[in-house]
Amino acid sequence: MKPIFKRILFFVILIGFWSLGSALEWWSEIIFPSPLSVWQSFVSGIEDKTLIYGLIASFRRLAIGLSISLLLGTSIGILIAKSKTADDTIGSILLALQSVPSIVWLPLAIMWFGLNEKAVIFIVILGGTFVMALNIRTGIKNVPPLYIKAARTMGAGGIDLFRRVIFPASIPHVVTGSRLAWAFAWRALMAGELLSTGPGLGYTLRYASDFGDMSLVICVMIIIGVIGAIVDQLIFQRIEKNVAKRWGL
Amino acid sequence: MFLTINDLNKQFIDQNDITNTVLQDINLNVEQGEFISILGPSGCGKSTLLSIVAGLTSATSGQINVDGHSISKPGKDRGVVFQEPALFPWLTVKENVIFPLKKEMSKSEAITHAKKYLKMVQLTNYLDHYPHELSGGMQQRVAIARALAMDPTLLLMDEPFGALDEQTRSRLHTQLESIWRDTKKTILFVTHSITESIKLSDRIIVMGTQPGVILTDIKVDIPRPREDHKQEMIEIEEHVMQYLKKEIDKVVSGEL
Ligand SMILES: Nc1ncnc2c1ncn2[C@@H]1O[C@H](COP(=O)(O)OP(=O)(O)OP(=O)(O)O)[C@@H](O)[C@H]1O
Ligand SMILES: [Mg+2]
Repeated sequence: MKPIFKRILFFVILIGFWSLGSALEWWSEIIFPSPLSVWQSFVSGIEDKTLIYGLIASFRRLAIGLSISLLLGTSIGILIAKSKTADDTIGSILLALQSVPSIVWLPLAIMWFGLNEKAVIFIVILGGTFVMALNIRTGIKNVPPLYIKAARTMGAGGIDLFRRVIFPASIPHVVTGSRLAWAFAWRALMAGELLSTGPGLGYTLRYASDFGDMSLVICVMIIIGVIGAIVDQLIFQRIEKNVAKRWGL
Repeated sequence: MFLTINDLNKQFIDQNDITNTVLQDINLNVEQGEFISILGPSGCGKSTLLSIVAGLTSATSGQINVDGHSISKPGKDRGVVFQEPALFPWLTVKENVIFPLKKEMSKSEAITHAKKYLKMVQLTNYLDHYPHELSGGMQQRVAIARALAMDPTLLLMDEPFGALDEQTRSRLHTQLESIWRDTKKTILFVTHSITESIKLSDRIIVMGTQPGVILTDIKVDIPRPREDHKQEMIEIEEHVMQYLKKEIDKVVSGEL
């Protein structure tokens, strides 16, 4: 059987079991609503546009935050790959920063920027920057020395060498870095929205929870998961695979 | 004299501050258009010598002149072909070959130029392929075309066919020979195959190891194509072997 069929069958069974459990009242509708109620929440959320506005708001913040973090991460990555001093100083603190979930910064961010979307975007930026920087550094440091030698014999040096050889050679790491940055930024965004202010998908989740609307809660959770999976598998993993093939990895 | 190497020495200093003399008192003169093979056991410093001439490695002492200019850094007057093709995998065959030409000519000129050299290595049908879509032998031919495309006066080749199978290698020997005849490049060709060096070169520089020195300089005075002169080739092979045997024994006994 093809993997796609296996997957579909798996989801059919899962939802079947969930419906069955709800129908037989193995659990109460209030704490774990049936698939049908979740679907109805989804439909009405689309109809009254709360879900759509939430999605748009979330994606806007993500786009801003992620772009800034990719740019910033790339710059820091290049800096620490190229300067030993920078690596010994900034580089050493980067790993520590990377291991702190960025949502931990929220209290500070709210102090600095207020309870608004600047604070959320700040968290998103922190979520993506460090992992991007670390991957860029790895990419640049692992450029095969033979490429550099060959380029130098063809008259390339300095910025030209970087632009035409070192950077393109590290593209596979740029892609991996972006994929991880997206994943961290997405998680940070949801956490940030959940704990601060709307509109946004995370905020919709909090709002639904405050009103005890568990079917909307589950609906939003599923949307968050599905978007995460789609972006990762359909976009990033595909690019990663193509790049790996082309780069001969 | 087109290429002169005078009293060249190269030492590496390892972590324990022990000096390792890799090349000692290397002197070599090469005429324009000569095909020179550098032959020697593994570790005798052939690649190091080539890398110094390429300008990628600095010498500890000594002088190198190419066409009247003293060498200290890489330059487009010296094209290098490495043992591995060293093509850039993100560029197509065509883009790889025009890589060194970006600055001095327009894109369309560069492409015309690239095509000319890709024709020499019989790869015009692969202009838009990526390196990973080519066999090892084809990749190496692209690398040769790329080195030739910047029109160097000196072509430095470090065991360019070392990783290829016997048949491919033999075909490339023929191709390289005709390219050399047509372009009149001066070639320094590193190898540890005696047959290869006799088949291709005007002179064979035999190197000894520990430290790397030039043992002898053998003129190969056999008319080309050399396949028709098997007997003379065998005579030279025996002559070279006498020098090499001692060196190879030295390497082997050092390793035991
Ligand atoms: N960057 C380096 N640092 C220290 N030692 C080096 C370095 N490069 C080469 N060597 C040493 O120099 C010696 C000669 O190396 P080289 O690569 O020139 O040999 P070779 O003749 O090309 O050998 P092969 O036929 O195996 O390619 C070796 O003993 C090697 O260990
Ligand atoms: Mg070598």
